[in-house]
Amino acid sequence: MKKPSEKAVHEQLVQISKRANLPAWQSWLIRILAVLASLVVCAVIIVLFTGDNPFAIYATMFKGAVGTSRRIWSLLQGVAMLLCVSLAVTPAFKMRFWNIGAEGQVLMGGLATASCMILFGNSMPPALLLLLVIAASIVAGAIWAVIPAIFKAIWNTNETLFTLMMNYIAMQIVSYFTYIWSVPKGSGKIGVINAASQAGWLPTIGKYNYLLNILIVAALTIGIYIYLRYSKHGYEIAVVGESENTAKYIGINVKKVIIRTMILSGALCGVAGLLLVAGTDHTITRDTAGGRGFTAIMVSWLAKFNPLYMVVTAFLLVFMQKGATEISTVFGLNDSFSDIITGIIIFFIIGSEFFINYTLKFRSRKGAEAK
Amino acid sequence: MKKILAVLLAAVLVLALAACGGNTSDEAKDFKAGFIFLHDENSTYDLNFINAAKQACENLGITPILKTNIDESNDCYEAAADLVDSGCGFVFADSFGHESFMIQAAKEFPDVQFAHATGTRAHTENLPNYANAFASIYEGRYLAGVAAGLKLNQMIEEGKITAEEAKIGYVGAFTYAEVISGYTSFYLGAKSICPSATMEVQFTGSWYDETAEKEAATLLINDKCVLISQHADSMGAPTACETAGVPNVSYNGSTQSACPNTFIVSSRIDWTPYLEYAIKAAMEGKEVDKDWTGTLATASVVLTDVNETAAAPGTVEKIEEVKAGLEDGSIHVFDTANFTVDGKTLDSYMADVDTDEAYQGDTEVISDGYFHESEFRSAPYFDLRIDGITLLNEKF
Repeated sequence: MKKPSEKAVHEQLVQISKRANLPAWQSWLIRILAVLASLVVCAVIIVLFTGDNPFAIYATMFKGAVGTSRRIWSLLQGVAMLLCVSLAVTPAFKMRFWNIGAEGQVLMGGLATASCMILFGNSMPPALLLLLVIAASIVAGAIWAVIPAIFKAIWNTNETLFTLMMNYIAMQIVSYFTYIWSVPKGSGKIGVINAASQAGWLPTIGKYNYLLNILIVAALTIGIYIYLRYSKHGYEIAVVGESENTAKYIGINVKKVIIRTMILSGALCGVAGLLLVAGTDHTITRDTAGGRGFTAIMVSWLAKFNPLYMVVTAFLLVFMQKGATEISTVFGLNDSFSDIITGIIIFFIIGSEFFINYTLKFRSRKGAEAK
Repeated sequence: MKKILAVLLAAVLVLALAACGGNTSDEAKDFKAGFIFLHDENSTYDLNFINAAKQACENLGITPILKTNIDESNDCYEAAADLVDSGCGFVFADSFGHESFMIQAAKEFPDVQFAHATGTRAHTENLPNYANAFASIYEGRYLAGVAAGLKLNQMIEEGKITAEEAKIGYVGAFTYAEVISGYTSFYLGAKSICPSATMEVQFTGSWYDETAEKEAATLLINDKCVLISQHADSMGAPTACETAGVPNVSYNGSTQSACPNTFIVSSRIDWTPYLEYAIKAAMEGKEVDKDWTGTLATASVVLTDVNETAAAPGTVEKIEEVKAGLEDGSIHVFDTANFTVDGKTLDSYMADVDTDEAYQGDTEVISDGYFHESEFRSAPYFDLRIDGITLLNEKF
């Protein structure tokens, strides 16, 4: 044991302590300030590295995200898809089950959709095919999620690694089938599936095929909110997440909850795959999920697993992605530049959570001068 | 804290103003050309297109809008629609897999001219605003093959290898006509100079996968291939050759700066003549040729400078001589007298020229003693597996 020397007695320059709960408006103020601060840092970097006017670049960002009616629709579609995957991972996260496998679950849902469209596109009545496509995608996503859940429930395997590995398997399976079904043979790309007959395509409402996806995800958002907040299942998930022993003590079947919740999680990912493949893309590649399975983790965490807040966080992330892509196009910068910008902004947003949860006490200046 | 707040609020105001002001500043009603690229400048293939797009637009005095790293998926349709939103009257995409999404966009925006390199479906889709283009790059590859043949002969003469050991390695992306036509013409060029030459092809299943291309090249080198060429778009194969000291015939442009000791020559398509022609036609409201094939004569098929350090002596002269033969028609790349399939000389072949549901041969392409490549449509359709070439993996 060290003697308490003078130095140790000395007051620390900065003291970090956990905050009592901050009022909502204050925590949101901190988040908004963080975004603004990140924009200032980005501005400095933009000037340093490109010499371009940072305000012009931010204006471009707005234009890129909401500049035309198509872009607004496309933005909302992007938000809807990211939100859908975020909704999917949330019940699992709330249960402290780290489902890192949403990417693969979305892909498997998408692959099931694409398979039905390719195999039965010409032989099945359209309405029946549509039902089959919906069922297949949900089942495929659920199966991909329930495998690690069963292993976790029975043998207590590490679900983080397991779900992560399942992503790579899903990608390889999708790669395999894109070669098998490539058009023309050997080109490794499927192209638009059933371009002429549109068999298995989800119907288009209005001018763009985004609206249906947006409506479905809006309904899912409300559904998951109610499920987690007001249903018995939602309560069980919360208890298992807080403490498995408590859950066992009050008679909750933990294994059942884990498996049931992961089936839900996977099924929702399957829906995301369905909406992507049958709703907008009408094709499948190994990038169909587009990293949403991982971005969704951030969306869900930042929103503290609250589906309604997730709308905001998903919007923010997609807005920045779209805007940053436009920056690289208009200013002739490499794609990496937009990644740098979004990276900085996300860094600040995540950092702001620290200031919301903790408070910094600086050593008073008087004390320092009196030394 | 208050001070910081004040500064940030001021920043918000300025930003908001800037955002509002931005809309009116650039409403110059110029013609805009939009370009969609599969990868960015790091890919030799896309760099070749990016340079041509910039050059063609400079020649025409217009500003290009470039979108890089656009996947061969719905992203391509989204990018095309977004370019139309940005006011482009001409939209171009550079990768084979972009085609069905370009057609989708062309149907939706009939007032905009769409053009697509390497595609096959313009002549069957028959849309007034959708066109394909390619070049007779098999002639360029043949010439590059001549340089490879000379190098093999030099190695044989110097006693480094025996005639039987003259084995070429080739890194290919996928197993469809564009790649098959490329490696076969390259091989025939080499064989025309070095008759004992054989070839092994290793596929990567990707247009751009630096690691896979490097590994494929290394595998071929370990398999005693003494010269490497490639049809995939990263620096993987050339740098593997430079490391191993194995001569390399490149594609899409010179890789001499990175591989000064092993780079011999590279064939490439110069897209500037086509882009200039097509954009000009779109500007003037004229129809763009449905299926445009660039040639040696249109300066679309070109070879880079020969690297004297790595090439055999006399390469430049020999290439010029063969090039003249190709141009005057005395040499045909796919002369049926020069290759056999399963030991037989072909006198008839039905190629799959019209891309339709059947994916079967529909057009007779052998006549007058040679295979007529890129004559019935611009994109290659030579997909014969000729003797002398071994495919090591066919999974792609």
